[in-house]
Amino acid sequence: MALDDRKSDFTFVGTRPNRPDGLDKVTGRAKFGADAYAPGMLHGAILRSPHAHARIVKIDASKAEAHKDVKAVVTRADFADVPFKPGLEGEFYNVLENVMAGEKALYDGHAVAAVAATSALAARDALKLIEVEYEVLPHVTDVDKAMAPDAPVIREGAADYSVPEGMHPNVVRYHESGHGDLEAGFAEADLIIEDSFVTEATHQGYIEPHACLAILGNDGKGELWCTTQGHWIAQKTCAALLGIETSQLRVTASEIGGGFGGKTTVFIEPVALALSRKANRPVKLVMTRSEVFRATGPTSSASMDVKIGMKKDGTISAAQGIFRLQGGAFPGAPGDMTAMCAFAPYNLTNVKQIGYDVMANRPKQAAYRAPGAPMGAFAVESVIDELCNKLGLDPVEVRLKNAAHEGTKASYGPTYERIGLVETLEAAKAHPHYSAPLKPGQGRGISCGFWFNHGGETSVSLALSEDGSAQVMVGTPDIGGSRASMALMAAEVLGIPYENIRVTIADTATLGYNDVSHGSRVTYASGLATIKAARHAVEKLCERAAAKWGIPVDAVKWENGCAVPSGPNAGDFDPMPLADITADMGRTGGPISGHFEATPEGAGVSFGTHIVDAEVDPETGKTSVTRYTVIQDAGKAIHPTYVEGQYQGGAAQGIGWALNEEYIYGEDGRLQNSIFLDYRIPVASDLPMIDTVIVEVPNPGHPFGVRGVGETGIVPPLAAIANAVSNAAGVRMKRLPMSPPRILAALKDNG
Amino acid sequence: MDYHSPASFAEASALAANATGITRFLAGGTDVLVQLRSELVTPDTLIDIKKINGVRDITRNADGSWTLGIAATGAEMSEHPELGRDWPGVVEAMDLIGSTQVQGRATPTGNLCNGSPAADSVPAMVAAGVTVTVTGRDGTREVAVEDIPTGPGKTSLAKGELISAVNIPARGENGGDAYLRFIPRTEMDIAVVGVGVNLRLDGDTITEARVSLGAVAPTVLLVEDCAKAIIGSTLDDASMEALAAAASAACNPIDDKRGTIAFRTEVAGVLAKRAAKIAYARAKGEDA
Ligand SMILES: Cc1cc2nc3c(=O)[nH]c(=O)nc-3n(C[C@H](O)[C@H](O)[C@H](O)COP(=O)(O)OP(=O)(O)OC[C@H]3O[C@@H](n4cnc5c(N)ncnc54)[C@H](O)[C@@H]3O)c2cc1C
Repeated sequence: MALDDRKSDFTFVGTRPNRPDGLDKVTGRAKFGADAYAPGMLHGAILRSPHAHARIVKIDASKAEAHKDVKAVVTRADFADVPFKPGLEGEFYNVLENVMAGEKALYDGHAVAAVAATSALAARDALKLIEVEYEVLPHVTDVDKAMAPDAPVIREGAADYSVPEGMHPNVVRYHESGHGDLEAGFAEADLIIEDSFVTEATHQGYIEPHACLAILGNDGKGELWCTTQGHWIAQKTCAALLGIETSQLRVTASEIGGGFGGKTTVFIEPVALALSRKANRPVKLVMTRSEVFRATGPTSSASMDVKIGMKKDGTISAAQGIFRLQGGAFPGAPGDMTAMCAFAPYNLTNVKQIGYDVMANRPKQAAYRAPGAPMGAFAVESVIDELCNKLGLDPVEVRLKNAAHEGTKASYGPTYERIGLVETLEAAKAHPHYSAPLKPGQGRGISCGFWFNHGGETSVSLALSEDGSAQVMVGTPDIGGSRASMALMAAEVLGIPYENIRVTIADTATLGYNDVSHGSRVTYASGLATIKAARHAVEKLCERAAAKWGIPVDAVKWENGCAVPSGPNAGDFDPMPLADITADMGRTGGPISGHFEATPEGAGVSFGTHIVDAEVDPETGKTSVTRYTVIQDAGKAIHPTYVEGQYQGGAAQGIGWALNEEYIYGEDGRLQNSIFLDYRIPVASDLPMIDTVIVEVPNPGHPFGVRGVGETGIVPPLAAIANAVSNAAGVRMKRLPMSPPRILAALKDNG
Repeated sequence: MDYHSPASFAEASALAANATGITRFLAGGTDVLVQLRSELVTPDTLIDIKKINGVRDITRNADGSWTLGIAATGAEMSEHPELGRDWPGVVEAMDLIGSTQVQGRATPTGNLCNGSPAADSVPAMVAAGVTVTVTGRDGTREVAVEDIPTGPGKTSLAKGELISAVNIPARGENGGDAYLRFIPRTEMDIAVVGVGVNLRLDGDTITEARVSLGAVAPTVLLVEDCAKAIIGSTLDDASMEALAAAASAACNPIDDKRGTIAFRTEVAGVLAKRAAKIAYARAKGEDA
């Protein structure tokens, strides 16, 4: 029910052509990370710590090095000496520590050495020849335990200036924000609910494991092919970790089999480059699924306390949240993001949020769609639901009553421009799903969600061909159909058909710097850049037409793919199509291109509202999600099908996170479920059809009104599903995942 | 690694008897090859038994009993026009394993000999009273399915022994069987609890019953007390409660990443009741 009934000012934007990479992907022609080969190529493999926390006393690789098939072995000594700094300031150091352990192995799966050999099998076998002597240290994997006074210290001095005195050294960053007078606000409340919530870490679960092919010569010149969400960050990071010049390393992004935030950093790439440099041969590295689980991704786990006061009429009088996020053995858990997003959907007079970034003996957390926001929403929206239940209020009405709108001072500080939360709530109220009757044993849940969205450094280059077709070079890997959206936006500006435009993800040597495909920024920022690059080319097209006609350039406008005389010259000449101008561009001033390099700042925040029905089997605690509707503001949906895909994907991943996905650690601190059999991602038959409603409240910061849509969709599901399950089961579920044993135990405790 | 594809069970048995190190028989390979690739088990000797004559046959014998070749797959069992009418529980248990792709390879014998306490087809076979023919150096012997597994990953088969046929009894009159498992998802998962029930009626009264539990102890269990709870009953509420209690009491599970002791114990009772209901309806000739 997207936009079919609405008139559009656009010709191409808002249509649903097939994606340009579709045929390659369904025929197997697309080249993913593991599909690259080079003459003389070696295969790499990584030795990983079997301990959650251990001092590396000695590594003896002599037997491996002596093996005839082994061409190189690397350890930390083969990387650059990157300086340590507290917090995120020393992120290169943190990444280096993560890709190859230094003095200590910090989690089960932490890389300690790597080999390159003549075959993948030989490389794996050679790992067994490397002898590592460990001194096992006490470990901690739970966030609350990691903050306790007696917790083992993961690294002294990792905390930055923000952390209040007296906290455990594992607490490395602190965030506090809000406004108003909490005490006065709670005094005004008719009902106050305070509760604690826990979420477990989940993995992004992309189908394609990390894979790369690296070539680095002794001359410091290198080539890297890898599956990544951002090859410039890979270039910058790898160069720093290997001590080479950034520009000497050319990085090409492969087609990507999913990332969801987990491919915004590097893991195996610097290792493959180090191996290649040492062996003087190309080296390919491909992770196994178990390595992916143990040593990449996951999200943070969280422990949270939320207190909200509400008046009888549903007005929230005060709200407070404390969010403790564990992000592995490195700074970076997004406790600040969790805190800032938690109450962002609401117009609150009195609000305060605190976030902690806590280290534990787990893999370094990586971004996962709206990093930090889903956990906070789970806690906050659960408490709001409970308040609605206790006060007998409608959960959509209460959210409408408190909803943020243009001019609201956000809980995290700024004042909102035009936003679309109210519109999503109105759409929810009007949606047939919201008034559909529930069967016995079913419950309904509602949740709102917020994400900032991001602009980021962006370069786009657009070149016209003599035949009037266009090629667009963008630098943001296509993780959601963005090449189609770029082509639609370019088509809209140039006035030539979608099919006549080819969009390429350029490598780092052929385009200026681009930030990662993250922060829901691609359709917004690369889209804006594409529009501006196309407009830049149109200016030149108009100049050429003006010159041909002998009229001033400001008397030429661009309409439907043609230069058209306007103003005093209107009607003097026939419209001149793009292809007529490009046909002889070599003789009229040379190639016509357009480009854009800047950091767009108007990303436009985004909100969504989800409606979920769930049914709980009271005898087994098993949940089925019976109906799901996603309503989200897209600003302007450039390619509605791919917007819907983002909405559905967010809901699907949210269902997994809410019901069954979790990192399970044993007493020994080792990950117990590092395969898809035991890391229970939803399968197709677990999911209902996920309905979508695209709300369009244009973003004033984008020429066509786009807001990013990639992340907001995973913010409401945890809470919406928890509310549905709690209402179905008659007992409040405060811990994720709500796996059947947990639900059955909660039902028993409840009598 | 040595790979063999013998032409007879005697040859296969001799190869296995003379092999050193780790030996695996290759039926569908959906356990063997997965374990190999994930470096859990790297066999020294791999004996492919799919090339032996007749191993894919599904035969109904003159007395109404069935003989399955050891390479007959889940898909072949499900698609057989009559097997599922006689033994819907055995067939549905096998059909739960894996995906369409896995179904095209996986066999009940492999499922049994892999020795997982959570193997889906095993409780159904135990409930049905299935036996297997075991070929060794000294000829063959017939063994009840419940006597094959001895612990996780372990079987009672001696070195040089392998299963050469699967024998399912004649269904007979007024009988029905069913298998249910609990998984947190809807497919592609491993049983947290599995229950197979097979029973026979005289009118509305149960005269014979076998109840088997999976994933709740180191091996699949044949639970006499469950059978006793329902034999002589019409599956009334009281006998159902007794069945559930007996099933829960028989459990000796572990707490692990797939489920807790409390959960498995409780749900074993729940599934026993649900499976018994289905088997009962089937015995009455109703669609269930
Ligand atoms: C994706 C996937 C999903 C799965 N889902 C399930 C599931 O839901 N439920 C379930 O129970 N299992 C499941 N499995 C496991 C597996 O598919 C089953 O156990 C299957 O029945 C094994 O049969 P196979 O013929 O492939 O055995 P193979 O892998 O060929 O052999 C398994 C074992 O049996 C031994 N063996 C085989 N034949 C003989 C013989 N004739 N005599 C003596 N020993 C023999 C082998 O030596 C080996 O140890 C799944 C596997 C995969 C890959």
